[in-house]
Amino acid sequence: MSSFWSIWISVITLGSILGCFLLLRWCLSNKTGVKEGDDMHHEFDGILEINNQLPRWWTILFYICIVWALLYLLLYPGLGNFKGLWNWQSSNQGILSLAESRAAVEKNKADGVISQYDREVDQANELFQPIFDGYYARPITELAKDAEALKVGQRLFSQNCSQCHGSDARGQRGFPNLTDNDWLYGGTPEKITETLINGRNAIMPAWFDSMGADGIEEVVNYVLGLSGRKVDESLAAKGKDRFVACAACHGPDGKGNQAFGAPNLTDDIWLYGNSHEKVTETLTYGRNGVMPAFKNTLGEKKIHLVAAYVYSLSQDK
Amino acid sequence: MSDAIQVHPEYNYKVIRQFAVMTVIWGIIGMSLGVLIAAQLYWPALNFDTPWLTFSRLRPLHTNAVIFAFGGCALFATSYYVVQRTSQVRLFSDKLASFTFWGWQAVIVLAVITLPLGLTSSKEYAELEWPIDILIALVWSAYVVNFFGTMVIRKVSHIYVANWFFGAFMLTVLVLHVGNSMAIPVSMTKSYSIYAGAVDAMMQWWYGHNAVGFFLTAGFLGMMYYFVPKQAGRPVYSYRLSVVHFWALISLYIWAGPHHLHYTALPDWTQSLGMAMSIILFVPSWGGMINGIMTLSGAWHKLRTDPILRFLVVSLSFYGMSTFEGPMMAIKTVNALSHYTDWTIGHVHSGALGWVAMVSIGSIYHLIPVLFNRERMYSIYLINVHFWLATIGVVLYIVAMWMSGVLQGLMWRAINADGTLTYSFVESLQASKPFYLVRFIGGCFVVVGMLIMAYNCYRTIKGDTQETVDNKALQAA
Repeated sequence: MSSFWSIWISVITLGSILGCFLLLRWCLSNKTGVKEGDDMHHEFDGILEINNQLPRWWTILFYICIVWALLYLLLYPGLGNFKGLWNWQSSNQGILSLAESRAAVEKNKADGVISQYDREVDQANELFQPIFDGYYARPITELAKDAEALKVGQRLFSQNCSQCHGSDARGQRGFPNLTDNDWLYGGTPEKITETLINGRNAIMPAWFDSMGADGIEEVVNYVLGLSGRKVDESLAAKGKDRFVACAACHGPDGKGNQAFGAPNLTDDIWLYGNSHEKVTETLTYGRNGVMPAFKNTLGEKKIHLVAAYVYSLSQDK
Repeated sequence: MSDAIQVHPEYNYKVIRQFAVMTVIWGIIGMSLGVLIAAQLYWPALNFDTPWLTFSRLRPLHTNAVIFAFGGCALFATSYYVVQRTSQVRLFSDKLASFTFWGWQAVIVLAVITLPLGLTSSKEYAELEWPIDILIALVWSAYVVNFFGTMVIRKVSHIYVANWFFGAFMLTVLVLHVGNSMAIPVSMTKSYSIYAGAVDAMMQWWYGHNAVGFFLTAGFLGMMYYFVPKQAGRPVYSYRLSVVHFWALISLYIWAGPHHLHYTALPDWTQSLGMAMSIILFVPSWGGMINGIMTLSGAWHKLRTDPILRFLVVSLSFYGMSTFEGPMMAIKTVNALSHYTDWTIGHVHSGALGWVAMVSIGSIYHLIPVLFNRERMYSIYLINVHFWLATIGVVLYIVAMWMSGVLQGLMWRAINADGTLTYSFVESLQASKPFYLVRFIGGCFVVVGMLIMAYNCYRTIKGDTQETVDNKALQAA
């Protein structure tokens, strides 16, 4: 903020508060020319106004609030560029990257700035980091059998993951069920952790331009037949020829490929719906599944616990 | 009541009659919409999977209908009435008056059509798209010209305090509306705000809080300053108090917007200023309540027999309560608990239903017999029934939302020994569910009261009077 605006803000703010104070002082003394308690000698449609003194308790309240506001503006940022005597700020406003944020946190400590958010994060880390450090030192397979660890993992899951995968982790259309041991990208502790840290971007291309509506109808028949559904055999046979294009990701046998997150098409588990219409829609328009990366929001140590919880869901107990 | 039945051919009562009747009609529509969306929060299936019946589209329609249709019509009716009566002169222009009535109704009808269609600028309380915004600006300008024109040609030397408030309300609302609605149109039904990011948010809440401060407070204080002394038959308590609290109120309210954006990307200094000014604002707000309530000194016994006065006095109590609650919620520490919870909803309804609606209802009950040249309302008994329905409804509503809000705030911040949040969002939603039912019931009380009011007004306008013990007692007194 330039010093012009800083002065502008300060003058208007203090001027308004001072204005209220002077107004109050002015009205406390009787300058109406009418004796206190008398009416004001003007009548409006039968309504009179009495020249009564302001209530004393109300006047005192007014003074208290004015003093309180001035004190607040002295201690906290408010008057333009003036940072306030306590050198307080809510957070590092205006940072544009994680690197800038980290630099700002260090600089605040060096300068003795009270940065409320930084402080709360520090306090939380000091209190809770040892707990997560302890869990992080143990392998996921072991945590998956530790009831206390699973409780923590479940709470992190319900706050961060349940919005898409559901509070029971059974997913919904477009968001995979995490309890069924059918994995798009692999269900080992390592793979689950990888998915959580970096996220996933699945791309099923749209086939309408290259296959046309008829071609898609043939492939749909073939694909539905893979999981034993009753289909039009002649269309499915033609679809099998076209499936060569799909095999690049889904494999020649349609069993998928976890390296690309290409689903197994033979197990009758359908991420985007199993109806003829839905599978046609998938082929016509393609799909873009996005699992967000949690590296920066949760951090690796909490992810470790979430991974253990997710891993435990599909293990036989 | 003696002066109420005098005929004043020199005044323009036609436009007031139109606005007064529409106040009741839009009140029923706006509040019924509120009850419907309250029901949807308890029984989500009530949107019938129909886009234009969903909460997201009906909620802005509800807020626009109660604030601008119900509240707006009440303000037009009372300000046109008060400015004529206290200036002893007919409205500056009948044509402009007629334009403001039909123009305002057109705005509301357009809102009823476009908001359910999902056409919205997405700014709270300013959702209407740019062509409607232009119409609002035109109608409002005509209103300002007509009101101030009437004051210019007034036949009394002083300007009555009610008119200070009405004048401040309509001038500021014009500035707020034009300032906040500045947008670049890309089609007839879509535009983008010319402000971006935190500046847009600040403009929105500069507007939003002053929609509360000037539309829903200053305007209705104008109403209070005429109808309370008139109905009580008592002089205004303190002229000097009205001077201090008027100037302090209008100069402080305009600063309060940033308290809606505590702990956001808004710069810290802006948040602090909003909070400091909100705290001082508490005192002039109470100045209005004191002046209204103290006006009754010497006339308290009238509360026993006059339910219209009861509406007015209870509205002042709710006004005092919510203007204490508001500055308290503007304190950052309190706001950290209350923000984004149902507490805010409860607060706004203690203002909107307790203060705005009750003072309007009281004023309309006072106005209808005068405007239609009747001795009194058809049934005083039914006004009393309405009073109790409204009071019980409002109390159920705000108590439910307080409890739900504080519960949500506490659940959202509860943490376990390991630092993880104790509750997921859906658990706090489950905890709130019973309170949503209570809120719905409270809303039903309020709407039933409004329906009774409509019936009572209809019979009054038709020229009927009900002979009851109550009425006879009142006449004898």
